[in-house]
Amino acid sequence: MFGIFRRRKSKDELKERLKLVLSYDRAKLSPGNVEQLKKELLGVIQKYFPAGESDYDVRVEQQGERMILIANLPVKGSAG
Amino acid sequence: MNAKAILVTSGKGGVGKTTTTANVGAALARLGEKVCVVDTDVGLRNLDVVMGLEGRVVYDLIDVFEGRCKLKQALIRDKRVDSLYLLAASQTRDKSALSESRMQETVRLLLEEEGFDRVLIDSPAGIESGFQTAASAADGAVVVVNPEVSSVRDADRIIGLLEAREISEVRLIINRLRPDMVKRGDMLEVEDVLEILGVKLIGIVPEDERILVSTNIGNPASLDDNTKLGAGTAFRDIAKRIRGDDVPYPSLEPQGGFLAGLRRLFGGA
Repeated sequence: MFGIFRRRKSKDELKERLKLVLSYDRAKLSPGNVEQLKKELLGVIQKYFPAGESDYDVRVEQQGERMILIANLPVKGSAG
Repeated sequence: MNAKAILVTSGKGGVGKTTTTANVGAALARLGEKVCVVDTDVGLRNLDVVMGLEGRVVYDLIDVFEGRCKLKQALIRDKRVDSLYLLAASQTRDKSALSESRMQETVRLLLEEEGFDRVLIDSPAGIESGFQTAASAADGAVVVVNPEVSSVRDADRIIGLLEAREISEVRLIINRLRPDMVKRGDMLEVEDVLEILGVKLIGIVPEDERILVSTNIGNPASLDDNTKLGAGTAFRDIAKRIRGDDVPYPSLEPQGGFLAGLRRLFGGA
């Protein structure tokens, strides 16, 4: 993905890690809790939709002043 | 900054709170303000040695709190700048003597009775009672951060606690920046830290071995007028910005790099 002569800058990786960990810190959530939340959320969704076990994503994100919980749960066969 | 009582804090230890307090305090005094620097790190007092005033400490903050001396008796005048004073932390007594109301009263007396223009409160590391007591007397804060993972995370936590205390004037000092590492992409840039923490900048201090040398001899680097650029100048610029001056940020070129080499070759400084 990265050229032979261009290694990924370590500070970019740090910036991403910091943004993620700070969004959890600010929301007073532990990453482990979010894993649990993901499982429970998927369980609820599966009661109503045939949702897949994979390709789902739940995370908190800082948008301006607000913390937002983003859940991306693809639902099978809902089209048509 | 409008704040008269400024907390110098960081969350993480060892990022340069005490050095910043000593250097910015000295620079503010040199600019004509009557300044008191207060060490609140009870049990781990260090501002006295950084400023080279350890031999003059008789009474400390806890003595004032517990009425063993008058506030005036505990104020230690600096040996270089007449309008600079130190109020030392206690090295022996325990933290139980700290109280928010006594801290607030002491700072109020410094500003209203003793005629100080500015009080810089050197906070202990951590987010426990020592920090909370120090913060209780402040109406503004500078958060010292190093551009590395644990310091940035702790700074974010501290900024949240300052907001909870409704200290609205919060500024950031990015300390020990290494321009060579930034250039390689191995250290967060100033813009990165500001984006992550969302606080206004008031100073960028480059890593500078002269700080250790000046601390060895107990003489704040910001008082050395011979230094051009480097940390001493950065601390002087911070003092000017605290007073409301619009001081531009010098460009931080890696020292001893290609350009510096060229400048030396062609007779530059």
